[in-house]
Amino acid sequence: MTVIISTDIHAQIRRYLEGTFPNEGGGFLIGKLENEHRIVTESRFVKNSFETEEQYHRYLMESGAYQDAEDEADARGLSLLGYFHSHPNHPAVPSEFDRVHAWPHFLYLIVSVREGEAVESLAWELADNRDRFYPVALEEIKVN
Amino acid sequence: MASIKIPTPLRAYTGGQAVVPVSGDTVKEVLQDLTSQYPDLRQHIFDGDKLRSFVNVFIGQEDTRFRDGLETLVDEADELRIIPSIAGG
Repeated sequence: MTVIISTDIHAQIRRYLEGTFPNEGGGFLIGKLENEHRIVTESRFVKNSFETEEQYHRYLMESGAYQDAEDEADARGLSLLGYFHSHPNHPAVPSEFDRVHAWPHFLYLIVSVREGEAVESLAWELADNRDRFYPVALEEIKVN
Repeated sequence: MASIKIPTPLRAYTGGQAVVPVSGDTVKEVLQDLTSQYPDLRQHIFDGDKLRSFVNVFIGQEDTRFRDGLETLVDEADELRIIPSIAGG
C-alpha cells in the first residue's frame, strides 16, 4: 500500500504544522482508495482542543470534527483516509499514546517539526492486532 | 430495527458496509449484536468489557457516555453511530 499526496497538499500541511509549533497540530486526510493506493486529494485542518498547557505533546480534535469530515466525505463519494499530526521537536514516529488511540485501516501521517521547521513526514498504519504501527510508503507527486 | 453507522476505518471489518442493522434494548446489547455479526470488530471497540477510551457511541447527536453509557436504552428507530476521539501525542 502506498499513500500518494500532491506536493501542494503536503506543503500546506507542513506549513500549517510549522504554524502550530511549539504545540501539536493536526487535521484530516481525505481522498480516494484505488487498488492498494490511498490518494490524498484534500486536507482539513482541525484545531487542537487538548488542554493548552499539554498541547506541546498532545493533540485532540475538537468535538464534532470527525462526524463533519466523515459525513462530508461520504456524501461526496470520497473516503476519510486518515489524519495527520505533528511531533514538535520529536521524530515522526508514533508514540504509545498514538498506538492506544489508533485504529487499523486508517492512515496516520506524522510530521516532525524541529524548532518551527517541518523536517520529516512519515506515514503509518496500525496492525490488525493493535500491537504496533507499520510504516507505509509515502509518495509525493507534482500535480499541474 | 435500529441501525449503527460504522466509522470509515472499521468498515474494513463489515465488508464495506457503512450502516448495519442491529438489535438490542441497550447500547451494550446493540454492540454485542454488532460484534457477533462481525467478530473482528470487537477488539477495536472494546478493551475487555469496557468501551475503549477513545470510542464513543452516539444516538442521534447525543453521546451516550453522558446518558447511561452502555446501559443507555435504545429504541427500534434509533440511529446509532460509533465515533472516535481523534488524539495523538
